[in-house]
Amino acid sequence: MASKVIHALYVDDDILMDAVKKVRAEHYHIEEVYTPFPVHGLDKAMGLPHTRLAITSFMYGCVGLTVAILMMNYIMIEDWPQDIGGKPSFSYIENMPAFVPIMFELTVFFAAHLMVITFYMRSKLWPFKKAENPDVRTTDDHFLMEVDAGSHDVDQLASFLGDTGAVEIKVIDKEEDNH
Amino acid sequence: MYTLSNRLKLFSIILMVVGLVGLIVGFGQRPGSIQEVKEMMAAHDAHGGGHGNQGHSEEDAHGGDAHYEHVLHQLQNKPWASLYVAAFFFFMIALGVLAFYAIQFASQAGWSPVLFRVMEAITAYLVPGGIILFIVLALSGFHVNHLFVWADPEVVAHDALIQGKSGWLNSWGFIIRAAIFLGGWLLYRHFAVKYSRKQDEDTEGNKWYKKSFKISAGFLVFFIYTESMMSWDWIMSFDPHWFSTLFGWYVFASLFVSGITTIALISIYLKSKGYLEFVNNSHIHDLAKFMFGISIFWTYLWFSQFMLIWYSNIPEEVTYFITRIEDYKLPFFGMLVMNFIFPLLVLMNSDFKRVNWFVVMAGIVILCGHYIDVYNMIMPATVGESWFIGISEISAVSLFLGLFLFVVFRALTKAPLLPKGNPYIEESKHFHY
Repeated sequence: MASKVIHALYVDDDILMDAVKKVRAEHYHIEEVYTPFPVHGLDKAMGLPHTRLAITSFMYGCVGLTVAILMMNYIMIEDWPQDIGGKPSFSYIENMPAFVPIMFELTVFFAAHLMVITFYMRSKLWPFKKAENPDVRTTDDHFLMEVDAGSHDVDQLASFLGDTGAVEIKVIDKEEDNH
Repeated sequence: MYTLSNRLKLFSIILMVVGLVGLIVGFGQRPGSIQEVKEMMAAHDAHGGGHGNQGHSEEDAHGGDAHYEHVLHQLQNKPWASLYVAAFFFFMIALGVLAFYAIQFASQAGWSPVLFRVMEAITAYLVPGGIILFIVLALSGFHVNHLFVWADPEVVAHDALIQGKSGWLNSWGFIIRAAIFLGGWLLYRHFAVKYSRKQDEDTEGNKWYKKSFKISAGFLVFFIYTESMMSWDWIMSFDPHWFSTLFGWYVFASLFVSGITTIALISIYLKSKGYLEFVNNSHIHDLAKFMFGISIFWTYLWFSQFMLIWYSNIPEEVTYFITRIEDYKLPFFGMLVMNFIFPLLVLMNSDFKRVNWFVVMAGIVILCGHYIDVYNMIMPATVGESWFIGISEISAVSLFLGLFLFVVFRALTKAPLLPKGNPYIEESKHFHY
């Protein structure tokens, strides 16, 4: 079964923000907004839930810290203790200051890399993926709002979107399995 | 316009009087002779048995009275050192705010102008605080007390290392430099506040704002050189054999985070009293981000200084940390918890930075932590192992806290709390994150 969506194009981020607020106030459902750059506050205006990426980042940092501690303990204390600069490596805690840079770096390394990978997975992005942009102009200077027509009157919805400042309105028949 | 409530006025005056009386008692309690030290230590040893044995073995090693004379000098220094720590600590808060204020102008920050009057009021403490600090510095530099060993001609005569540094570390050089540093900072403070007030009356062409921008940029260049030299003179020279090349940065991080924390605390206090209605929780959020960030920066510098010295283990360098870890274990590691681990955990979450009581709690811990930081920098070289937080330490803090509150809140009444002429004031009012 095919569903109808409306693509409304805007040329200014302020107009887009106002339009998003108006559309939501009328209880239409916004499927997605495509923008050439991040628009500050758009996520809140669209009513998207707050990102949990920061929490995952904290957990990855803790993993990195743990890996660093276990790794340095195995390498420098258990497996091959050495006497460096008059500081024999027989105790982790006594040699800890020397390991702090590694602990710091691995915390950052794990937090940063795993957070980026999580972001890609969550956004369904991977190499050679075909772009989901419905219109190439959204990579340059246009903003596209995709509104679910649902059971609404398409003509009425289109004229309402025109009043919000859209410069171009297209009605699209979308295949259900596209989602 | 803010009006100073009688309760706050009375509170600050009581703090000052109590502090002054306590400090006089502290000076009066100094032992006058070796005999008195022996009595004091005997009384102390009677309380703890284990400590007594250690004291006697030290006595033998030092050859009788030499040890007691050493302790006598440390105890005679103690009220002076606690006065110095408190005078410097409250002065450095105001100095940190002054640097922060200049950065806001030089970077043309749009979020912060609503907080300018709070910052200007805090920097008002630079005048009385600077004068008192200058007197204390002059007394120490001319060897009225025994805080600086390099100021003692007898010590210098037998010390080749200090002799080599006496081109820089001498009484007159010390006091002239102090006058230049303080004079420059007070001069900038005077004109910055004057231009800020003029800009309110005459916004035509932002003439006064442009002047503020220029002197702020000039001041920051002057400040970063003089602040670094100030840290060598006023703090590092307590241990004249020891040196650290990033000491200026380290002291800067400490005064910067203390200053920003104080801006946040005073803004939240004024908001709770119904003033500063134009300050929203995004401004508090930004200040808390600075508190968090500069705390991490402070730790980074602390660790950079510590790790290199610890690892290389060169005797004349590492003695600095050995005395601190052996004699000052609790304040030394306690300050790391208060200045790093606590702000890291409390202020990491974005939402917590908007909760006023969270910011206040973290701020009080940070300020106490940085007091202990200054304490750790000054006490080991002046009172050594004879340290304890006693009447003179608490009284000195009380005296300067009272003076600080009195001066800062009185300065707040001098001008409207909103600098309405600032060109960024509308942006700042609508600042939203």
